[in-house]
Amino acid sequence: MAGQRPSEVEITVDKVVEDLRVFFSQALTGNVPGPDEDYFAQGLVNSLLALELVAHVEWRFGVSVEVEDLDLDNFRTMNRIAEFVRKKRSVPLP
Amino acid sequence: MDSADFADSVRLDAAEWDRRGAVPAKVIWTMAQAGFLATDLPARYGGCDRTQAGLGELCADLGGVCSGLRGLVTVQGMVAAAVLRWGTVDQRVRWLPGLARGELLAGFAATEPCAGSDLSAVTTSVVPERGGLRVRGNKVWITFGQLAHVFLVLAELAGRPVAVLVESDRPGTVVEPVQGQLGMRAAQLADVRFDGVLVPPENLIAPPGFGLSHVVGTALDHGRFTVAWGCVGMAEACLRHAATHAANRKQGEVRLAGHQAVRALLGRCLADASTARNQCAHATELRQRAAPEAVVETVLAKYVAARVASAVSERAVQIHGAAGCAEDSPVARFFRDAKVMRIIEGSDEVAEQHLGEYALRWRP
Repeated sequence: MAGQRPSEVEITVDKVVEDLRVFFSQALTGNVPGPDEDYFAQGLVNSLLALELVAHVEWRFGVSVEVEDLDLDNFRTMNRIAEFVRKKRSVPLP
Repeated sequence: MDSADFADSVRLDAAEWDRRGAVPAKVIWTMAQAGFLATDLPARYGGCDRTQAGLGELCADLGGVCSGLRGLVTVQGMVAAAVLRWGTVDQRVRWLPGLARGELLAGFAATEPCAGSDLSAVTTSVVPERGGLRVRGNKVWITFGQLAHVFLVLAELAGRPVAVLVESDRPGTVVEPVQGQLGMRAAQLADVRFDGVLVPPENLIAPPGFGLSHVVGTALDHGRFTVAWGCVGMAEACLRHAATHAANRKQGEVRLAGHQAVRALLGRCLADASTARNQCAHATELRQRAAPEAVVETVLAKYVAARVASAVSERAVQIHGAAGCAEDSPVARFFRDAKVMRIIEGSDEVAEQHLGEYALRWRP
């Protein structure tokens, strides 16, 4: 059901946002949030989905979410997650 | 020690524990020595690096004997999992080895009189003050709350969900035993009141705002998994009991097993128990490789297994007839315990909501 784990594919900010768009369009039956919309504030993400989002980001982008990373600023929008992943992987901006 | 051997060695004692409302301290100590507690923790934190499959089999073995025994593995595992995942290195070093050794018994304190399925409604408060954090509130239905040395408490701090560890010997922690409940009678449940208990700031696990979704979320995910496998063990034990009874019991000149109706019941039990085991095995495999869908598939496994345990235990009681109504009857005990399994760790109804949302992802 989930996409393939990228191995050699370079991960750019755009690819992260696009992947998350697919993730949310599958997980949410209603409107998919825009890349700068706070889906937590909008109440779109329940606690089960919050954990699944963490697991998805780790698995898909090969990063590890530690307690030090637990800051809503890292997760509250797709663009913020992309930036978080970029920093963790030190991938240059496209 | 092998968990199957251990389970066999105490099988006949479980009825007495249920009647008395306690698992003997000696048995808990044996479980700790055998490495059954917080067993999937990494070795560097005192655990046994047990795989998800190994943890599942442990819970099935214990669940087929006594829900209390399995419950101890569940609560210890839940709290350990939360601290492992979301604790700082210092917190992991401080708490995990004691949990793995069984020197520290843990309780999971989330539910309140007005907050069960909706844990966002908890009113237990954490207020920062000079010297630490002041905890005030009432928690109910804490498995092994009578014995816990430390509670993982879900509370709110300035309106944001937090998770905080509160040791039971801190002044203001009041433990009240719960007795006579429908099931899990050997699990020494308690209600716990926190009357302005002061804890150091380093007892907070993860920043405010993440206490429910992440810390308690991880704990509940672990709990669902162990409960699910416990239900598999319970269903399989009920089937074995029922098959044995049907094969041996004669009425008139006919063994119960000679009746089509009885064989049909056993057949349905087998199909259900097998389904539950396979569903749990699927969740196990996903968890072992940390697949993102492991969380919701664990909800599915627990939902399936709890309903199977309920259905199989009910049929097992029926096959036993009056013997299934006796005080010490194992299937009678499992019948009561199984009903509880459909309510705790995510009731059937809550699970169906999550699973319905999951099913909607399968639309083209």
